[in-house]
Amino acid sequence: MGSVARSSSRHPALAFGKYAAIAFYLGFALFPLYWLMKIAITPDALIFSEGTRMLPSAVTFENFATVLFETEFLAYFRNSLTVSLGTAFFTTLIAAGAGYAFSRFVFAGKRIIIAVMLITQMFPLLMIIAPIYKIVADLGLLNSLTSLIVVYTAFNIPFATFLMQSFFDGIPKDLEEAAMMDGCSRFQALRTVVFPLTLPGLGATLGFVFTAAWSELLFALMLISKNDAMTFPVGLLTFVSKFSVDWGQMMAAGVLALVPSCLFFIFIQRYLVQGLTSGAVKG
Amino acid sequence: MAGKAVIARAKTTVVSGGTGARRSLYWQYMVEPFLYLSPMILLIGSVMLIPLIVGISYSFQSIELLNPFATGWVGFENYEKLWSDRKFWIALENTFFWTFWSIFFQFFLGLGLAMLLNTQFFGKKLFQALVFLPWAVPTFLSALTWAWLFNPVIGPIPHWLAALGVLSEPYNILGDPDLAIWGPITANIWFGVPFFAITLLAALQSIPGELYEAAEIDGATPWQSFTKITLPFLAPMIAITVMLRTIWIANFADLIFVMTGGGPANSTQILSTYIFTTAFRKLDFGYASTIAVALLIILLAYAVILLWMRKRLVKI
Repeated sequence: MGSVARSSSRHPALAFGKYAAIAFYLGFALFPLYWLMKIAITPDALIFSEGTRMLPSAVTFENFATVLFETEFLAYFRNSLTVSLGTAFFTTLIAAGAGYAFSRFVFAGKRIIIAVMLITQMFPLLMIIAPIYKIVADLGLLNSLTSLIVVYTAFNIPFATFLMQSFFDGIPKDLEEAAMMDGCSRFQALRTVVFPLTLPGLGATLGFVFTAAWSELLFALMLISKNDAMTFPVGLLTFVSKFSVDWGQMMAAGVLALVPSCLFFIFIQRYLVQGLTSGAVKG
Repeated sequence: MAGKAVIARAKTTVVSGGTGARRSLYWQYMVEPFLYLSPMILLIGSVMLIPLIVGISYSFQSIELLNPFATGWVGFENYEKLWSDRKFWIALENTFFWTFWSIFFQFFLGLGLAMLLNTQFFGKKLFQALVFLPWAVPTFLSALTWAWLFNPVIGPIPHWLAALGVLSEPYNILGDPDLAIWGPITANIWFGVPFFAITLLAALQSIPGELYEAAEIDGATPWQSFTKITLPFLAPMIAITVMLRTIWIANFADLIFVMTGGGPANSTQILSTYIFTTAFRKLDFGYASTIAVALLIILLAYAVILLWMRKRLVKI
């Protein structure tokens, strides 16, 4: 790794290319977000006339105020927060158990279970959209946040389990075995020795699942039709059709929607690389 | 080796717990792991596997919510309808186009980004957090943002393209049947590059640095180290990532659903958006499930071919 850096800095053309590439990736990744923000803070009167100007000639926060206090935005926000936090909590809890079992045990049917989990990653989720709708409808659970949490938890478990497994693989087995030799039960060993070391992994999984649940659209669109139970994506989409001329408010709502998932993401992305790396080294 | 581990652990338990070796082997092999696994098995079974089987059975039935009296088993009727459905074949072609170009650009840009992040430069941590950010943007919001960027009134892209001479005048690309699909593809590239970068970066970091040092001493050019060391090492990871992402993108309906809704004139309709609209606009669950089964079969065939090729071509 170090040698690559050294050899590239020796060639001026490569060094230049590197900084050009850095600039390119930054521009590509950030420009759309910049545009989102730019229109959100542009006064309504200027949005059309200054549509393609890089910088707005005036700035306002009125759109944010309108969205926050005069629309159902906060209700959507709260519903999404409930669903995403619930999903993240249950998925991480269940995936931690399953990941631990995959990492530490040799057991009957292990290969079959792993194969089934891989298959769930392959088949179109749209394949089960009609049956799930019918099951949820028959149970009388349409428009409930609980049914969304259950469905999202199941969807996210396979990937979360592989992620947790790769974190557990990175923690030496000897640690808990030593604790068990000293008379701890496995559960005590897990709680006192393994759990503290797993915290970054748990954090990464929580954040990953949270962002996934925060942005899910199709199942929410299908299972929720009542306004007071809508999650953010569904609410914002109806928002778009309701206020289809009010770009400023839509963009402001979009910026606000970004906040939680980006905060989570900045916090976890380091651990995600770490988790995938330790998995890659082992596998 | 795995067997030894079991025996070793069984012995440990004998020492600490004092129970018989036989019982603890049984406990460790058959019972204890399933204590940890059962919630997962229960949930995946009930929310994914049972609906999967039910969904396959739907494809042999007529289930139209708008027409509840026409319910019943119809054999292969839905499949015959599929065969002569022109919209299905258009959607299939669009699925290939959408998936191929999305993967193509996501992969090459992701590889470039991973190699960049594998070197040292000032402000790398901040750079990494910023360029990975699109991945954290909720999908529907990426779709809306890119729809705005492509809008000739409030977005700059049509104006740029007109200035470059690609478009004769800045009009709405998402409304042009010949070009509309590139809107969601661009959004998808933006959204997906970080994922490729992150997995390829993980693979790059697992390549021993000594290999590059040795190659440098032997006088290898950077291009030679790339093709002789980096690529062969990455190949297994590339194969698995490309496979999973292809399947994922082929299934991925959100961007298209929000940006174009499959239009104009079905020019951006892919199989997954077709499934969704058939199920929830027409409420025809039987036919929607039939399209879904067709997509499932295509993806399975693709996965089998790719896994076979990986076995034949990659010798690690």
